[in-house]
Amino acid sequence: MSTDQAPLLQVEDLKVEFKTDDGIVHAVDGISYSVKAGTTLGIVGESGSGKSVTSLTTMGLTRSRSTSVSGKILFEGKDLTTISADEIRHIRGNEIAMIFQDPLSSLHPFYKVGAQISEGILAHRSVSKAAARDRTIDLLEMVGIPDPHRRVDQYPHEFSGGMRQRAMIAMALANEPKLLIADEPTTALDVTVQAQILALIDDLQKRLGMAVIVITHDLGVVAQIADEIAVMYAGRIVEHTDTRRLFSAPQHPYTWGLLKSIPRLDSPRDEELVPIQGRPPSLVNRPSGCFFHPRCPYLLEDHKRIDPKLEPVPGDVDHQVACLLPDATRREIWQGLRAGKTPEELRALVEPPAATVAATTVPPDQGGGV
Amino acid sequence: MAKYIIRRLLWVIVLLFLVSLITFVIFYLLPSADPATLRAGRQPNPAVVAQIRHNLGLDKPWYTQYFNYMKALVLHFNFGYSYTNNVNVRTLIFDRLPATISLTVGAAILFLVLGIGVGTISAVRRRSKFDRAAMGTALVAISAPVYWLGLLALFVFAKDIGKVPIFPGASSYVPISQSPTKWFTSLLLPWIVLAASFAAIYARLLRANLIEVMSEDYIRTARAKGLSERRVIYHHGIRSAITPIVTAAGLDIGVLLGGAILTETVFNIPGIGRLAYDSILAGDLPMIQGTVLLGAFFIVIMNLVVDVAYAFIDPRVRYS
Repeated sequence: MSTDQAPLLQVEDLKVEFKTDDGIVHAVDGISYSVKAGTTLGIVGESGSGKSVTSLTTMGLTRSRSTSVSGKILFEGKDLTTISADEIRHIRGNEIAMIFQDPLSSLHPFYKVGAQISEGILAHRSVSKAAARDRTIDLLEMVGIPDPHRRVDQYPHEFSGGMRQRAMIAMALANEPKLLIADEPTTALDVTVQAQILALIDDLQKRLGMAVIVITHDLGVVAQIADEIAVMYAGRIVEHTDTRRLFSAPQHPYTWGLLKSIPRLDSPRDEELVPIQGRPPSLVNRPSGCFFHPRCPYLLEDHKRIDPKLEPVPGDVDHQVACLLPDATRREIWQGLRAGKTPEELRALVEPPAATVAATTVPPDQGGGV
Repeated sequence: MAKYIIRRLLWVIVLLFLVSLITFVIFYLLPSADPATLRAGRQPNPAVVAQIRHNLGLDKPWYTQYFNYMKALVLHFNFGYSYTNNVNVRTLIFDRLPATISLTVGAAILFLVLGIGVGTISAVRRRSKFDRAAMGTALVAISAPVYWLGLLALFVFAKDIGKVPIFPGASSYVPISQSPTKWFTSLLLPWIVLAASFAAIYARLLRANLIEVMSEDYIRTARAKGLSERRVIYHHGIRSAITPIVTAAGLDIGVLLGGAILTETVFNIPGIGRLAYDSILAGDLPMIQGTVLLGAFFIVIMNLVVDVAYAFIDPRVRYS
């Protein structure tokens, strides 16, 4: 990662709120990140953590009367939250492109795949239909679709799942975007196809020099292609660092939970997976204090009141975390988790000294099962 | 595809055969006026009635009558002769058909244009004043019975009895071959009355469909491509939302071609519906059979047309 380069996309204190009948949904609550050309940012979180809303807002696709957006999304210096609908439409599908989770439902069932790709070219380039079609065939070939001359005239239902996602990628790359946002690009696909699609995105990024944002709930996906990772929880970034550090020295209890709930090749064969207890919080009535506290195994009484800021880990400016636990304690817990200890066993590490126990009424398993 | 159509057409024949049989049986099983007595005039002589009964073949068992009827129909495409005035049923039906077709086609154009237009605007501008007014009006139009609406329209607009006499009233139908202008003006009011409830149903249907379609993933993709909102709505949204409309419209048009009985009766348009109504009152079996078979024919054919059209609209549908 070169640090001298200006970021292509810079999100600053972005907030997105939806007014609904149930109240205001705080979908994204003050997040900041940036992406440089040629790099890949992974945004990880459960469904409802605001990761998709962030990217849809970047594309200007959440604009409506019931949505309020504050903060900045600077793309090459232009603030995408304030430019006109027409301006953002020219950026959409042109300079910033997006691929979605389910390629079958994301393609129009009534139009030929080729026509759907050409349409995107014709929307932004003044070329002839024949030229757009030629370009479409080239794109299909580039994303590894065999026999593109025949495939260009087929309908989405005649494609397999992996081929459809390749077609979606071709559609996204049609106008050589500077930024590609992939929202759960492999979730609807078979495992073997997932790997192919990720390899394809990785390869195309290297060839075209795009910036890529990969949104996923699957740490395996970001491990494969991301340079840095932001972990989102309840509309906020709770941990942000480069991929190597996130996997070797994660700092946030939520990240630990994500890591311990997926199987790893290098863990002991008999190690049990530990799911994160409870469910993601409501974004209408959010928890007090640290948003993760109702599910956190290392909860202390203070954490219900104090809202942690996203701050650099002591001694490491490139690693930010929003957690109230002391740095040393976090390191100890992660060591313990890596050694195969359960969160219940490690809770002793955060229990306050005996003198203040009287003030703490939280039993050890308080964090579980909301 | 060709095989599929041929198979379906064979079914059409079976179906029409069954319809004719059922109509025949119903006519004989249910009490109706004796056609022979009806023809014999006032204070009929029993001998005359018997003679008429013999002439019409009514003295034979019903299945023999049915066999003879079908024989004439299959071999000579002869639908028999009216019990009341001896007119050839086929000739009369073909005489009456243009009026019904005129009424149906005009009303269909009107309700499709209105229904699709209003439905689209309502869906795109959901909860706007236009949407609320249109959907309110639609509810009224759906709820109003067509005969009431027809009488009301005559009462308000007809040149003879209307308060605002701007349209020709009942019984003013002129065939298009005589005067296209008069044909057009005489049908304006019936078109509007007949189309009202259909337009309302279609507007509501399209609105609901389009609102649903606009939240589909592929609409998000279309927007993500940077297409104009106009193209997203018309090229991607309506294309999907309109398919159920094609089904509904095809079937409705089939039913209407069999005769819009109420509208034709209220406006006294000499069409198939009016003919069916009159022949039922007169217990005129050959005429009833003729109109019922025609109605059934249009319905099954329009069904087939809709199914075939679907294969063109939705590439996922293939018949083999």
